Amino acid sequence: MFSRTYRAVVTVPPLLWVTVFLLVPYLLMFCYSFWSVSTSQNVVHSWTLSNYRQLVGVHVYGQTLLRSMWIAARVMLFSLLLGYPLAYFLSFYAGRRKDLFYQLVIIPLWVSYLVRAYAWKTILGSDGVLNTLLQYVHLTKHPLEFLLYSPFAVVLTLTHIYTPFAFLPIYASLEHIPRPLIEASQDLGASAAQTFWRVVFPLSIPGVLAGATFAFVLSLGDFLAPLLLGGPSGIMISNIVVSLFGAAYNWPLGAAISLGMLVLVVSLLFVSEGLEKKWRFS
Amino acid sequence: MSGANVANRRSPWLLMHALAVFAFLYLPIAILIIYSFNGAGVGGFPPRDLTLDWYRRLFADSAIWESVGNSLMVAGCAVAIALGLGIPAALALDRAQFPGKALFRRVVLLPLILPGIITGLSLLMLFNESRIKLSLLTIILGHGTALISVATTEVFAGLQKLERAQEEASLDLGANYWQTFLRITLPNLKLSIIGAALLIFTLSMDEIAVSFFLIGRNNTLPLEIWGRLRRGITPEINAISTIIFVFSLAAIVLWYRLRRSAEGPPEIAAELIETVVQGD
Repeated sequence: MFSRTYRAVVTVPPLLWVTVFLLVPYLLMFCYSFWSVSTSQNVVHSWTLSNYRQLVGVHVYGQTLLRSMWIAARVMLFSLLLGYPLAYFLSFYAGRRKDLFYQLVIIPLWVSYLVRAYAWKTILGSDGVLNTLLQYVHLTKHPLEFLLYSPFAVVLTLTHIYTPFAFLPIYASLEHIPRPLIEASQDLGASAAQTFWRVVFPLSIPGVLAGATFAFVLSLGDFLAPLLLGGPSGIMISNIVVSLFGAAYNWPLGAAISLGMLVLVVSLLFVSEGLEKKWRFS
Repeated sequence: MSGANVANRRSPWLLMHALAVFAFLYLPIAILIIYSFNGAGVGGFPPRDLTLDWYRRLFADSAIWESVGNSLMVAGCAVAIALGLGIPAALALDRAQFPGKALFRRVVLLPLILPGIITGLSLLMLFNESRIKLSLLTIILGHGTALISVATTEVFAGLQKLERAQEEASLDLGANYWQTFLRITLPNLKLSIIGAALLIFTLSMDEIAVSFFLIGRNNTLPLEIWGRLRRGITPEINAISTIIFVFSLAAIVLWYRLRRSAEGPPEIAAELIETVVQGD
Protein backbone atom coordinates (compact mmCIF):
# COMPACT_ATOMS: atom_id res chain seq x y z
CA MET A 1 0.00 0.00 0.00
CA PHE A 2 2.98 2.31 0.37
CA SER A 3 4.59 3.51 -2.83
CA ARG A 4 8.25 3.25 -3.69
CA THR A 5 8.72 6.98 -3.22
CA TYR A 6 7.14 6.85 0.22
CA ARG A 7 9.45 4.06 1.28
CA ALA A 8 12.50 5.84 -0.12
CA VAL A 9 11.60 9.10 1.62
CA VAL A 10 11.35 7.45 5.02
CA THR A 11 14.34 5.15 4.54
CA VAL A 12 17.09 7.16 2.91
CA PRO A 13 17.55 10.14 5.30
CA PRO A 14 17.88 8.11 8.53
CA LEU A 15 20.05 5.57 6.77
CA LEU A 16 22.41 8.25 5.46
CA TRP A 17 22.55 10.09 8.77
CA VAL A 18 23.27 6.97 10.78
CA THR A 19 25.96 5.97 8.29
CA VAL A 20 27.71 9.35 8.45
CA PHE A 21 27.40 10.01 12.18
CA LEU A 22 27.56 6.52 13.66
CA LEU A 23 28.92 3.91 11.31
CA VAL A 24 31.71 6.04 9.80
CA PRO A 25 32.91 7.33 13.21
CA TYR A 26 33.09 3.78 14.62
CA LEU A 27 35.04 2.71 11.51
CA LEU A 28 37.25 5.77 11.86
CA MET A 29 38.10 4.68 15.39
CA PHE A 30 39.17 1.38 13.88
CA CYS A 31 41.43 3.19 11.37
CA TYR A 32 42.90 5.49 13.99
CA SER A 33 43.97 2.54 16.07
CA PHE A 34 46.35 1.54 13.22
CA TRP A 35 47.79 5.04 12.78
CA SER A 36 50.48 6.72 14.88
CA VAL A 37 51.69 10.12 16.07
CA SER A 38 54.85 11.82 14.85
CA THR A 39 57.35 13.45 17.21
CA SER A 40 55.75 16.80 16.43
CA GLN A 41 52.52 15.26 17.71
CA ASN A 42 50.68 15.08 14.42
CA VAL A 43 48.60 12.07 13.52
CA VAL A 44 50.38 10.07 10.80
CA HIS A 45 47.97 8.31 8.46
CA SER A 46 50.10 5.28 7.72
CA TRP A 47 49.30 1.79 8.92
CA THR A 48 51.17 0.24 11.83
CA LEU A 49 50.58 -2.33 14.56
CA SER A 50 52.64 -0.40 17.12
CA ASN A 51 49.62 0.66 19.19
CA TYR A 52 48.53 -2.93 19.60
CA ARG A 53 52.10 -3.94 20.44
CA GLN A 54 52.10 -1.34 23.20
CA LEU A 55 48.70 -2.48 24.37
CA VAL A 56 50.02 -5.99 24.89
CA GLY A 57 53.54 -5.02 25.94
CA VAL A 58 52.90 -2.30 28.52
CA HIS A 59 51.53 -3.94 31.64
CA VAL A 60 49.70 -0.95 33.03
CA TYR A 61 47.05 -1.20 30.28
CA GLY A 62 46.24 -4.83 30.95
CA GLN A 63 46.29 -4.29 34.71
CA THR A 64 43.97 -1.30 34.49
CA LEU A 65 41.62 -3.19 32.19
CA LEU A 66 41.52 -6.06 34.68
CA ARG A 67 40.87 -3.66 37.54
CA SER A 68 38.06 -2.03 35.55
CA MET A 69 36.53 -5.42 34.88
CA TRP A 70 36.79 -6.32 38.55
CA ILE A 71 35.10 -3.06 39.54
CA ALA A 72 32.41 -3.60 36.87
CA ALA A 73 31.89 -7.20 38.04
CA ARG A 74 31.31 -6.04 41.61
CA VAL A 75 28.91 -3.33 40.44
CA MET A 76 27.05 -5.95 38.40
CA LEU A 77 26.84 -8.35 41.35
CA PHE A 78 25.63 -5.73 43.83
CA SER A 79 23.14 -4.25 41.35
CA LEU A 80 21.64 -7.71 40.84
CA LEU A 81 21.56 -8.41 44.57
CA LEU A 82 19.72 -5.14 45.13
CA GLY A 83 17.66 -5.17 41.94
CA TYR A 84 16.40 -8.75 41.73
CA PRO A 85 14.63 -9.03 45.11
CA LEU A 86 13.23 -5.55 44.58
CA ALA A 87 11.83 -6.52 41.18
CA TYR A 88 10.47 -9.77 42.62
CA PHE A 89 8.82 -7.90 45.47
CA LEU A 90 7.25 -5.38 43.10
CA SER A 91 6.01 -7.95 40.65
CA PHE A 92 4.55 -10.44 43.12
CA TYR A 93 4.02 -8.78 46.47
CA ALA A 94 3.41 -5.06 46.00
CA GLY A 95 -0.25 -5.45 45.02
CA ARG A 96 -1.96 -2.16 44.33
CA ARG A 97 1.15 -0.14 45.15
CA LYS A 98 3.06 -1.70 42.25
CA ASP A 99 2.84 1.35 39.99
CA LEU A 100 3.90 3.74 42.73
CA PHE A 101 6.93 1.62 43.65
CA TYR A 102 7.86 1.29 39.99
CA GLN A 103 7.90 5.06 39.58
CA LEU A 104 9.97 5.35 42.76
CA VAL A 105 12.67 3.22 41.14
CA ILE A 106 12.58 5.34 37.99
CA ILE A 107 12.68 8.79 39.59
CA PRO A 108 16.36 8.68 40.65
CA LEU A 109 17.21 8.13 36.97
CA TRP A 110 15.94 11.65 36.36
CA VAL A 111 18.52 13.09 38.70
CA SER A 112 21.73 13.82 36.85
CA TYR A 113 24.37 11.10 36.96
CA LEU A 114 26.99 13.69 37.77
CA VAL A 115 24.97 15.18 40.59
CA ARG A 116 24.42 11.81 42.23
CA ALA A 117 28.13 10.99 42.01
CA TYR A 118 28.81 14.40 43.53
CA ALA A 119 26.29 13.70 46.32
CA TRP A 120 28.23 10.55 47.24
CA LYS A 121 31.38 12.61 47.34
CA THR A 122 29.82 14.97 49.88
CA ILE A 123 28.70 11.94 51.90
CA LEU A 124 31.97 9.99 51.88
CA GLY A 125 34.56 12.76 52.19
CA SER A 126 36.79 13.07 55.27
CA ASP A 127 34.68 15.99 56.49
CA GLY A 128 31.65 14.66 54.65
CA VAL A 129 28.25 13.78 56.06
CA LEU A 130 29.05 10.19 57.02
CA ASN A 131 32.34 10.88 58.79
CA THR A 132 31.02 13.86 60.72
CA LEU A 133 27.95 11.81 61.66
CA LEU A 134 30.12 8.96 62.96
CA GLN A 135 32.15 11.41 65.02
CA TYR A 136 29.01 13.21 66.19
CA VAL A 137 27.66 10.00 67.71
CA HIS A 138 31.18 9.13 68.96
CA LEU A 139 31.54 5.95 66.97
CA THR A 140 34.86 7.11 65.55
CA LYS A 141 37.38 9.72 66.67
CA HIS A 142 39.04 10.40 63.33
CA PRO A 143 37.56 10.49 59.84
CA LEU A 144 37.66 7.15 58.00
CA GLU A 145 39.91 7.92 55.03
CA PHE A 146 39.19 4.79 53.00
CA LEU A 147 35.62 5.89 52.24
CA LEU A 148 36.50 8.38 49.51
CA TYR A 149 39.17 8.16 46.78
CA SER A 150 39.11 4.37 46.67
CA PRO A 151 37.68 1.62 44.48
CA PHE A 152 35.10 1.20 47.25
CA ALA A 153 33.70 4.68 46.56
CA VAL A 154 33.57 3.95 42.82
CA VAL A 155 31.80 0.61 43.28
CA LEU A 156 29.30 2.15 45.73
CA THR A 157 28.48 5.07 43.44
CA LEU A 158 28.21 2.99 40.28
CA THR A 159 26.03 0.45 42.10
CA HIS A 160 23.77 3.32 43.13
CA ILE A 161 23.57 4.51 39.54
CA TYR A 162 23.13 1.17 37.78
CA THR A 163 20.79 -0.64 40.20
CA PRO A 164 17.71 0.80 38.44
CA PHE A 165 19.20 -0.32 35.10
CA ALA A 166 19.56 -3.86 36.44
CA PHE A 167 16.10 -3.70 37.99
CA LEU A 168 14.20 -2.68 34.85
CA PRO A 169 14.75 -5.72 32.58
CA ILE A 170 14.39 -8.11 35.53
CA TYR A 171 11.09 -6.52 36.44
CA ALA A 172 9.95 -6.68 32.81
CA SER A 173 10.78 -10.39 32.61
CA LEU A 174 8.99 -11.13 35.90
CA GLU A 175 5.93 -9.23 34.70
CA HIS A 176 5.84 -11.38 31.56
CA ILE A 177 5.59 -14.63 33.50
CA PRO A 178 2.06 -15.97 33.02
CA ARG A 179 0.51 -16.04 36.49
CA PRO A 180 -1.38 -19.31 35.87
CA LEU A 181 2.02 -21.06 35.76
CA ILE A 182 2.61 -20.07 39.35
CA GLU A 183 -0.87 -21.07 40.43
CA ALA A 184 -0.39 -24.41 38.70
CA SER A 185 2.88 -24.93 40.54
CA GLN A 186 1.20 -24.16 43.86
CA ASP A 187 -1.84 -26.28 43.09
CA LEU A 188 0.43 -29.20 42.30
CA GLY A 189 1.88 -28.94 45.80
CA ALA A 190 5.17 -27.10 45.26
CA SER A 191 6.38 -25.01 48.17
CA ALA A 192 7.03 -21.30 47.76
CA ALA A 193 10.77 -21.95 47.44
CA GLN A 194 10.26 -24.72 44.88
CA THR A 195 7.93 -22.47 42.86
CA PHE A 196 10.52 -19.73 42.90
CA TRP A 197 13.53 -21.84 41.93
CA ARG A 198 11.78 -24.14 39.46
CA VAL A 199 9.34 -21.73 37.80
CA VAL A 200 9.93 -18.05 38.48
CA PHE A 201 13.71 -17.84 38.46
CA PRO A 202 14.36 -19.80 35.24
CA LEU A 203 11.77 -17.66 33.46
CA SER A 204 13.43 -14.47 34.68
CA ILE A 205 16.92 -15.42 33.47
CA PRO A 206 16.69 -13.35 30.24
CA GLY A 207 15.95 -10.29 32.38
CA VAL A 208 18.80 -11.09 34.76
CA LEU A 209 21.21 -11.47 31.84
CA ALA A 210 20.12 -8.16 30.34
CA GLY A 211 20.35 -6.35 33.68
CA ALA A 212 23.77 -7.86 34.39
CA THR A 213 25.00 -6.84 30.93
CA PHE A 214 23.79 -3.26 31.37
CA ALA A 215 25.42 -2.88 34.77
CA PHE A 216 28.71 -4.47 33.68
CA VAL A 217 29.09 -2.77 30.32
CA LEU A 218 28.06 0.70 31.41
CA SER A 219 30.25 0.72 34.50
CA LEU A 220 33.20 -0.83 32.62
CA GLY A 221 33.48 2.25 30.41
CA ASP A 222 32.83 4.84 33.10
CA PHE A 223 35.44 7.53 33.61
CA LEU A 224 33.65 10.24 35.58
CA ALA A 225 33.05 8.38 38.83
CA PRO A 226 36.71 7.25 39.03
CA LEU A 227 37.90 10.81 38.35
CA LEU A 228 35.58 12.22 40.97
CA LEU A 229 35.72 9.54 43.66
CA GLY A 230 38.33 6.96 42.73
CA GLY A 231 41.67 8.49 43.61
CA PRO A 232 44.84 6.87 42.26
CA SER A 233 43.77 3.34 43.27
CA GLY A 234 40.42 3.70 41.51
CA ILE A 235 41.70 4.58 38.02
CA MET A 236 39.83 2.74 35.28
CA ILE A 237 40.63 1.97 31.65
CA SER A 238 38.60 4.89 30.29
CA ASN A 239 40.63 7.30 32.41
CA ILE A 240 43.74 6.20 30.52
CA VAL A 241 41.91 6.77 27.24
CA VAL A 242 40.82 10.24 28.39
CA SER A 243 44.39 11.18 29.24
CA LEU A 244 45.65 9.84 25.90
CA PHE A 245 43.14 12.05 24.13
CA GLY A 246 44.04 14.98 26.37
CA ALA A 247 47.37 15.83 27.97
CA ALA A 248 49.27 12.74 26.81
CA TYR A 249 48.14 13.40 23.23
CA ASN A 250 48.30 10.01 21.59
CA TRP A 251 44.97 9.59 19.86
CA PRO A 252 45.90 6.41 17.93
CA LEU A 253 46.89 4.57 21.11
CA GLY A 254 43.73 5.86 22.80
CA ALA A 255 41.71 4.63 19.81
CA ALA A 256 43.34 1.19 20.06
CA ILE A 257 42.38 0.90 23.73
CA SER A 258 38.84 2.13 22.99
CA LEU A 259 38.55 -0.37 20.19
CA GLY A 260 39.67 -3.13 22.53
CA MET A 261 36.94 -2.03 24.90
CA LEU A 262 34.42 -1.89 22.03
CA VAL A 263 35.25 -5.42 20.93
CA LEU A 264 35.01 -6.69 24.51
CA VAL A 265 31.65 -4.97 25.04
CA VAL A 266 30.14 -6.06 21.73
CA SER A 267 31.18 -9.68 22.26
CA LEU A 268 29.67 -9.58 25.75
CA LEU A 269 26.45 -8.25 24.22
CA PHE A 270 26.42 -11.09 21.69
CA VAL A 271 27.06 -13.74 24.34
CA SER A 272 24.38 -12.36 26.60
CA GLU A 273 21.93 -12.12 23.70
CA GLY A 274 22.63 -15.71 22.73
CA LEU A 275 22.08 -16.87 26.29
CA GLU A 276 18.90 -14.79 26.55
CA LYS A 277 17.50 -16.44 23.42
CA LYS A 278 18.30 -19.83 24.85
CA TRP A 279 16.48 -19.10 28.07
CA ARG A 280 13.55 -17.22 26.60
CA PHE A 281 10.21 -18.85 27.26
CA SER A 282 7.83 -19.31 24.31
CA MET B 1 -3.15 -10.21 35.34
CA SER B 2 -2.74 -11.92 38.69
CA GLY B 3 -4.80 -14.51 40.56
CA ALA B 4 -6.09 -13.54 44.00
CA ASN B 5 -3.79 -15.87 45.90
CA VAL B 6 -0.79 -14.46 44.05
CA ALA B 7 -1.64 -10.80 44.49
CA ASN B 8 -2.21 -10.72 48.23
CA ARG B 9 0.93 -12.39 49.50
CA ARG B 10 3.11 -10.72 52.07
CA SER B 11 6.76 -11.06 52.84
CA PRO B 12 8.33 -8.91 55.57
CA TRP B 13 11.85 -9.76 54.36
CA LEU B 14 11.24 -8.68 50.83
CA LEU B 15 9.49 -5.56 52.03
CA MET B 16 12.45 -4.68 54.26
CA HIS B 17 14.87 -5.30 51.40
CA ALA B 18 12.79 -3.08 49.13
CA LEU B 19 12.73 -0.29 51.71
CA ALA B 20 16.50 -0.61 52.18
CA VAL B 21 17.09 -0.33 48.42
CA PHE B 22 14.84 2.71 48.26
CA ALA B 23 16.79 4.25 51.16
CA PHE B 24 20.02 3.60 49.24
CA LEU B 25 18.60 5.13 46.07
CA TYR B 26 17.15 8.20 47.76
CA LEU B 27 19.75 8.92 50.47
CA PRO B 28 22.12 10.90 48.22
CA ILE B 29 19.24 12.84 46.71
CA ALA B 30 17.85 13.70 50.15
CA ILE B 31 21.29 14.79 51.37
CA LEU B 32 21.78 16.85 48.25
CA ILE B 33 18.54 18.74 48.86
CA ILE B 34 19.03 19.17 52.62
CA TYR B 35 22.54 20.58 52.24
CA SER B 36 21.43 23.04 49.59
CA PHE B 37 19.85 24.89 52.55
CA ASN B 38 22.82 24.39 54.88
CA GLY B 39 24.62 27.60 55.87
CA ALA B 40 27.74 25.73 57.00
CA GLY B 41 28.38 24.38 53.50
CA VAL B 42 28.50 20.86 52.05
CA GLY B 43 28.92 18.01 54.53
CA GLY B 44 29.18 18.34 58.27
CA PHE B 45 26.66 16.67 60.56
CA PRO B 46 24.23 17.84 61.77
CA PRO B 47 23.19 20.38 59.16
CA ARG B 48 22.96 23.84 60.72
CA ASP B 49 22.12 27.46 59.87
CA LEU B 50 19.18 27.04 57.54
CA THR B 51 19.72 29.50 54.69
CA LEU B 52 18.72 30.46 51.17
CA ASP B 53 22.13 32.03 50.52
CA TRP B 54 23.23 29.33 48.08
CA TYR B 55 20.13 29.92 45.98
CA ARG B 56 20.74 33.68 46.08
CA ARG B 57 24.31 33.15 44.99
CA LEU B 58 23.15 30.75 42.30
CA PHE B 59 20.69 33.24 40.85
CA ALA B 60 23.45 35.83 40.62
CA ASP B 61 25.82 33.36 38.92
CA SER B 62 25.73 34.26 35.23
CA ALA B 63 28.05 31.43 34.10
CA ILE B 64 25.64 28.79 35.41
CA TRP B 65 22.62 30.38 33.75
CA GLU B 66 24.47 30.72 30.50
CA SER B 67 25.23 27.01 30.62
CA VAL B 68 21.58 26.27 31.46
CA GLY B 69 20.60 28.26 28.36
CA ASN B 70 23.12 26.29 26.27
CA SER B 71 21.81 22.99 27.63
CA LEU B 72 18.20 23.91 26.90
CA MET B 73 19.17 24.90 23.37
CA VAL B 74 21.17 21.71 22.81
CA ALA B 75 18.37 19.56 24.21
CA GLY B 76 15.78 21.31 22.04
CA CYS B 77 17.85 20.78 18.87
CA ALA B 78 18.63 17.18 19.87
CA VAL B 79 14.89 16.53 20.15
CA ALA B 80 14.35 18.03 16.69
CA ILE B 81 17.12 15.95 15.08
CA ALA B 82 16.23 12.72 16.86
CA LEU B 83 12.53 13.04 16.04
CA GLY B 84 13.19 14.32 12.50
CA LEU B 85 15.17 11.15 11.75
CA GLY B 86 13.65 8.77 14.27
CA ILE B 87 10.07 9.08 13.01
CA PRO B 88 10.98 8.27 9.37
CA ALA B 89 13.28 5.52 10.63
CA ALA B 90 10.39 3.97 12.56
CA LEU B 91 8.16 4.20 9.46
CA ALA B 92 10.92 2.60 7.41
CA LEU B 93 11.36 -0.25 9.87
CA ASP B 94 7.60 -0.78 9.93
CA ARG B 95 6.87 -0.48 6.19
CA ALA B 96 9.93 -0.85 4.01
CA GLN B 97 12.40 -3.57 3.22
CA PHE B 98 15.92 -2.37 2.55
CA PRO B 99 19.36 -3.91 2.54
CA GLY B 100 21.06 -3.59 5.92
CA LYS B 101 17.78 -3.29 7.84
CA ALA B 102 18.92 -5.62 10.60
CA LEU B 103 22.29 -3.88 10.84
CA PHE B 104 20.56 -0.49 10.95
CA ARG B 105 18.44 -1.52 13.94
CA ARG B 106 21.54 -2.61 15.80
CA VAL B 107 23.78 0.33 14.94
CA VAL B 108 21.08 2.84 15.92
CA LEU B 109 20.89 1.27 19.38
CA LEU B 110 24.66 1.18 19.95
CA PRO B 111 25.04 4.63 21.54
CA LEU B 112 22.64 3.60 24.29
CA ILE B 113 24.38 0.32 25.03
CA LEU B 114 28.03 1.25 24.55
CA PRO B 115 29.84 3.31 27.18
CA GLY B 116 29.43 6.97 26.20
CA ILE B 117 33.18 7.44 25.85
CA ILE B 118 33.29 5.27 22.71
CA THR B 119 30.58 7.21 20.90
CA GLY B 120 32.03 10.52 22.08
CA LEU B 121 35.55 9.71 20.92
CA SER B 122 34.54 8.30 17.55
CA LEU B 123 32.55 11.46 16.82
CA LEU B 124 35.52 13.53 17.98
CA MET B 125 37.69 11.74 15.41
CA LEU B 126 35.08 12.32 12.70
CA PHE B 127 34.97 16.06 13.41
CA ASN B 128 38.74 16.21 13.66
CA GLU B 129 39.25 14.45 10.31
CA SER B 130 36.69 16.66 8.59
CA ARG B 131 38.16 19.80 10.18
CA ILE B 132 34.96 20.80 11.94
CA LYS B 133 35.60 23.03 14.96
CA LEU B 134 34.12 21.80 18.23
CA SER B 135 31.20 23.91 19.45
CA LEU B 136 27.68 23.54 20.73
CA LEU B 137 26.81 22.40 17.20
CA THR B 138 29.03 19.33 17.48
CA ILE B 139 27.37 18.51 20.82
CA ILE B 140 23.94 18.88 19.20
CA LEU B 141 24.98 16.51 16.39
CA GLY B 142 26.29 14.05 18.99
CA HIS B 143 23.18 14.12 21.17
CA GLY B 144 20.79 14.09 18.22
CA THR B 145 22.52 11.08 16.71
CA ALA B 146 22.91 9.15 19.95
CA LEU B 147 19.22 9.60 20.77
CA ILE B 148 17.65 8.72 17.39
CA SER B 149 17.10 5.24 18.79
CA VAL B 150 14.85 6.61 21.54
CA ALA B 151 12.56 8.23 18.98
CA THR B 152 12.71 5.20 16.68
CA THR B 153 11.78 2.62 19.31
CA GLU B 154 9.01 4.67 20.94
CA VAL B 155 7.44 5.60 17.60
CA PHE B 156 7.88 2.09 16.21
CA ALA B 157 5.97 0.73 19.21
CA GLY B 158 3.25 3.32 18.54
CA LEU B 159 3.06 2.21 14.89
CA GLN B 160 2.57 -1.40 15.92
CA LYS B 161 -0.60 -0.39 17.76
CA LEU B 162 -1.85 1.77 14.91
CA GLU B 163 -4.71 0.37 12.85
CA ARG B 164 -3.43 0.43 9.31
CA ALA B 165 -7.00 0.36 7.96
CA GLN B 166 -7.34 4.03 8.91
CA GLU B 167 -4.43 4.99 6.69
CA GLU B 168 -5.72 2.74 3.92
CA ALA B 169 -9.13 4.41 4.09
CA SER B 170 -7.53 7.83 3.91
CA LEU B 171 -5.50 6.84 0.83
CA ASP B 172 -8.52 5.21 -0.82
CA LEU B 173 -10.54 8.37 -0.30
CA GLY B 174 -8.02 10.32 -2.34
CA ALA B 175 -5.71 11.86 0.25
CA ASN B 176 -2.06 11.74 -0.73
CA TYR B 177 0.70 10.23 1.44
CA TRP B 178 1.67 13.55 2.97
CA GLN B 179 -1.95 14.40 3.91
CA THR B 180 -2.44 10.91 5.30
CA PHE B 181 0.73 11.23 7.34
CA LEU B 182 -0.26 14.61 8.78
CA ARG B 183 -3.94 13.85 9.40
CA ILE B 184 -3.94 10.16 10.35
CA THR B 185 -0.50 8.78 11.17
CA LEU B 186 0.92 11.68 13.16
CA PRO B 187 -2.15 12.31 15.40
CA ASN B 188 -2.25 8.60 16.22
CA LEU B 189 1.40 8.67 17.22
CA LYS B 190 1.01 11.80 19.33
CA LEU B 191 1.62 10.10 22.68
CA SER B 192 4.63 8.11 21.49
CA ILE B 193 6.15 11.25 20.04
CA ILE B 194 5.59 13.37 23.15
CA GLY B 195 6.96 10.58 25.30
CA ALA B 196 10.03 10.22 23.10
CA ALA B 197 10.57 14.00 23.07
CA LEU B 198 10.40 14.21 26.88
CA LEU B 199 12.83 11.34 27.23
CA ILE B 200 15.27 12.71 24.64
CA PHE B 201 15.12 16.17 26.19
CA THR B 202 15.91 14.85 29.67
CA LEU B 203 18.64 12.51 28.50
CA SER B 204 20.28 15.32 26.56
CA MET B 205 20.05 17.77 29.49
CA ASP B 206 21.91 15.26 31.64
CA GLU B 207 24.35 13.88 29.05
CA ILE B 208 28.03 14.28 29.87
CA ALA B 209 30.14 11.37 28.53
CA VAL B 210 29.64 12.29 24.85
CA SER B 211 29.61 16.07 25.44
CA PHE B 212 32.84 15.75 27.41
CA PHE B 213 34.75 15.13 24.17
CA LEU B 214 32.78 17.37 21.84
CA ILE B 215 32.81 20.54 23.91
CA GLY B 216 33.99 23.78 22.34
CA ARG B 217 34.16 27.07 24.17
CA ASN B 218 30.61 27.07 25.55
CA ASN B 219 29.67 24.74 28.38
CA THR B 220 26.48 22.77 28.82
CA LEU B 221 25.18 22.61 32.37
CA PRO B 222 26.64 19.19 33.25
CA LEU B 223 30.05 20.28 31.93
CA GLU B 224 29.85 23.56 33.86
CA ILE B 225 29.08 21.56 37.01
CA TRP B 226 31.91 19.18 36.17
CA GLY B 227 34.35 22.07 35.83
CA ARG B 228 33.34 23.40 39.22
CA LEU B 229 33.56 20.01 40.90
CA ARG B 230 37.15 19.70 39.81
CA ARG B 231 37.93 22.98 41.57
CA GLY B 232 36.19 22.03 44.80
CA ILE B 233 32.67 21.46 46.04
CA THR B 234 30.15 24.19 46.71
CA PRO B 235 26.50 24.10 47.88
CA GLU B 236 25.60 26.12 44.79
CA ILE B 237 25.80 22.77 42.95
CA ASN B 238 23.31 21.35 45.47
CA ALA B 239 21.02 24.30 44.82
CA ILE B 240 21.02 23.98 41.01
CA SER B 241 20.61 20.20 41.30
CA THR B 242 17.63 20.64 43.61
CA ILE B 243 16.01 23.01 41.13
CA ILE B 244 16.57 20.60 38.24
CA PHE B 245 15.19 17.74 40.33
CA VAL B 246 12.00 19.71 41.02
CA PHE B 247 11.61 20.43 37.30
CA SER B 248 12.17 16.77 36.41
CA LEU B 249 9.52 15.71 38.92
CA ALA B 250 7.13 18.23 37.41
CA ALA B 251 7.84 16.79 33.94
CA ILE B 252 7.16 13.24 35.18
CA VAL B 253 3.87 14.25 36.83
CA LEU B 254 2.85 16.08 33.66
CA TRP B 255 3.66 13.03 31.57
CA TYR B 256 1.58 10.72 33.82
CA ARG B 257 -1.41 13.04 33.68
CA LEU B 258 -1.19 13.06 29.90
CA ARG B 259 -0.73 9.33 29.65
CA ARG B 260 -3.33 8.37 32.23
CA SER B 261 -6.02 10.37 30.47
CA ALA B 262 -5.22 8.45 27.30
CA GLU B 263 -4.57 4.85 28.31
CA GLY B 264 -3.59 2.40 31.00
CA PRO B 265 -0.69 2.38 33.44
CA PRO B 266 2.11 4.74 32.44
CA GLU B 267 5.55 3.38 31.92
CA ILE B 268 8.22 5.77 30.78
CA ALA B 269 10.61 4.27 28.28
CA ALA B 270 9.06 0.81 28.60
CA GLU B 271 9.30 0.23 24.84
CA LEU B 272 12.87 1.42 24.78
CA ILE B 273 13.88 -0.92 27.57
CA GLU B 274 12.17 -3.86 25.88
CA THR B 275 13.95 -3.15 22.60
CA VAL B 276 17.36 -2.67 24.12
CA VAL B 277 16.93 -5.79 26.23
CA GLN B 278 15.78 -7.98 23.37
CA GLY B 279 18.33 -6.67 20.93
CA ASP B 280 16.08 -7.04 17.90
